[in-house]
Amino acid sequence: MQQKAEFEQRVQKALNNPQLRRNFRVAMDGLMEKRSNAFPDKEALEALRITGANIRANALVKQPELLEQLEANCTRNGIQVHWAETIEQANRIVLEIMERHQATGMIKGKSMVSEEMELNHFLEAQGNSCIESDLGEYIIQLDHETPSHIIAPAIHKSKQEIAQLFQEKHPDIPYSEDIETMTRSARKILRGKFFEADVGLSGVNFAVAETGTLCLVENEGNGRMCTTVPPVHIAVTGIEKVVEKLADVPPLLKLLTRSASGQHISTYFNMISSPRKPGERDGPTEVHLVLLDNQRSRIYADEELFDSLRCIRCGACMNHCPVYTRIGGHAYGSLIPGPIGSVIEPQKFGLENFGVLPTASTLCGACGEVCPVKIPLPKLLHRLRYEQVRNDHTGATIGQGSQRSTREALIWKLWSWAHANPAVYRGGTRLAGLLRGVVPNKIGPWTRVRTAPKIAPKSLHQLAREEGFENE
Amino acid sequence: MSLAKHYPDRPDKVYFFGTCLIDLLYPEAGLAGMQLIKREGVQVIFPQDQTCCGQPAWNSGYRDETRAVVLNQIRTFPQDYPIVVPSGSCAGMLRHHYPEVFKGRPEAGLVEDFSQRVFELTEFLVHVLKIELRDLGEPTKVALHTACSARREMGVADEHEALLRQLGNVQLVEQARKAECCGFGGTFAVKHPDISAAMVTDKAKAITDTGADQLVSGDCGCLMNITGHMQHQGIGPKGQHIASFLWERTHAAES
Ligand code: SF4
Repeated sequence: MQQKAEFEQRVQKALNNPQLRRNFRVAMDGLMEKRSNAFPDKEALEALRITGANIRANALVKQPELLEQLEANCTRNGIQVHWAETIEQANRIVLEIMERHQATGMIKGKSMVSEEMELNHFLEAQGNSCIESDLGEYIIQLDHETPSHIIAPAIHKSKQEIAQLFQEKHPDIPYSEDIETMTRSARKILRGKFFEADVGLSGVNFAVAETGTLCLVENEGNGRMCTTVPPVHIAVTGIEKVVEKLADVPPLLKLLTRSASGQHISTYFNMISSPRKPGERDGPTEVHLVLLDNQRSRIYADEELFDSLRCIRCGACMNHCPVYTRIGGHAYGSLIPGPIGSVIEPQKFGLENFGVLPTASTLCGACGEVCPVKIPLPKLLHRLRYEQVRNDHTGATIGQGSQRSTREALIWKLWSWAHANPAVYRGGTRLAGLLRGVVPNKIGPWTRVRTAPKIAPKSLHQLAREEGFENE
Repeated sequence: MSLAKHYPDRPDKVYFFGTCLIDLLYPEAGLAGMQLIKREGVQVIFPQDQTCCGQPAWNSGYRDETRAVVLNQIRTFPQDYPIVVPSGSCAGMLRHHYPEVFKGRPEAGLVEDFSQRVFELTEFLVHVLKIELRDLGEPTKVALHTACSARREMGVADEHEALLRQLGNVQLVEQARKAECCGFGGTFAVKHPDISAAMVTDKAKAITDTGADQLVSGDCGCLMNITGHMQHQGIGPKGQHIASFLWERTHAAES
């Protein structure tokens, strides 16, 4: 139960930080409004979501063939494809590519899979340098933090906090709280880094099997710089990112940017289909694609949990989650926070480590309602609640049954017995009615912020009988 | 969601599933729901063997324990009458989750037949009984909190509002972020009391800020959470289940 205690500590810390609370509330309100404005026609939105869900579901069903096709087409285009079952293997592959080029400096575009691999940490331990070039990622790298949101990694910070951080790390730059000015400063610092780097790293939003194309969505142009300026480009991604054909991309892109930030399209959309060709004046001379499994095949094997792989990482589920809005991303303690994080992270890293996350939801359904690819998030959270207490050892998930306690299991057994036997149940409510005077008015944490509910003198069963409502 | 649903013609008889929370804490709300239906000339049957929909165990991951409780409810409502439930949350369990509880099991067909007969109270009043309400009460300002399950699972947020709008002397006011969860979430409030407290604090404030004289909700779980907090803080209006509210305002006391 250590994970629960640690989670609670992080939650406490977040809840008691008014600045953090304000930062998230304001940011999430803004993102929700932008999304809502980007989809003015609810029927059109619903139709688009169905299209998006079908495209992703189809890609998953055909995933084994599509991955082969992707590899063949990438190879034909001159992109070197590598397969990694584990994060250790993926890190090794990246390191070996760097070693082959005697490279020591990497510039990175935003990539959640590289975070999943803890690539920076790994490469730095080997004496290499990794610089994040996405503004948000750059900010949290300066402060030695992890992302608190999948598309807006520094969203937990206010502009004042960022200004102070900049001043601390770059005392030579004049202090400013103006976002434009700060962005310009960061751009100036980063500009040179693209030219110094030996290797550029990026993620992938959609890998198109039909053409062997890697699609990259971004807003700052840093992604394009990372993938074109350094002599070597390494793209890392999860195997579930493959889609069947080019025609699948526009609907997904439309859903992704609108759901994420309300943009009709991102400022940059890159389609990478090969290294520099003879006669071309720019672009990397080598392009590598690292395809990571890391438990995705296990998730794939379960017909219900499979749906979690449809995710296009837009972040809308966290923006709309009332729990995420209160506690922020770091409290989750997982790489991906919010509803989709609570679904994916326990499956990847075990219920014994992240089993508390699926319980940290009211199952209000706000996430499932906005997910652009219609992932039934509440249903999957629910399924994981079952996985963590079931004791029939089917092995569907890592850490299955690990959160089952004898005490809790016994309570539910008794509860079940009482509610499956009407006479017992009626006896219980009658007793409760009689004892209502002696029910304590403090009941655990409930009454810390609420009064205790009052048991009625007569139950509805009794009232219904007295008022002459028939029994059958 | 409510568009796609098929509603039956007005029946002669209905079953009423009161829910365990109402049974124990808010019986007057259950009774009001039954009286509203009865006043429309429909016979209301309240089977005495009903207990709880099973949701607490279901949402805690205890599926075998849930099944035993579900089977009791299925046995208790054997006839082909509609089953009316004064809670979006419990109606959602009966209608949408019962089939999941028995998915792939021999009882699945039986359970499906049961679930198809389940209606949340307000949708039943609006779409099946096509109720027309005459407001006898004093002018008042009311805030409505629609449970997430009523809104998203049962799709009856509009029906809640439509009923309140039928009342001539009731002014419906809207709180900020009205579709956001109040933080109850059943066992969530017990397992994660601090997050739940942060959520209910915000919800209570949003409601209080409207200056409403009264809070109305179709779900007693939310009501217990929100009014419990408001009472504790000594703020906000009093709360009532929508059935009690509708009944009180439209019922002429026989004198
Ligand atoms: S689960 Fe859905 S809403 Fe959440 S990040 Fe993935 S695609 Fe977006």
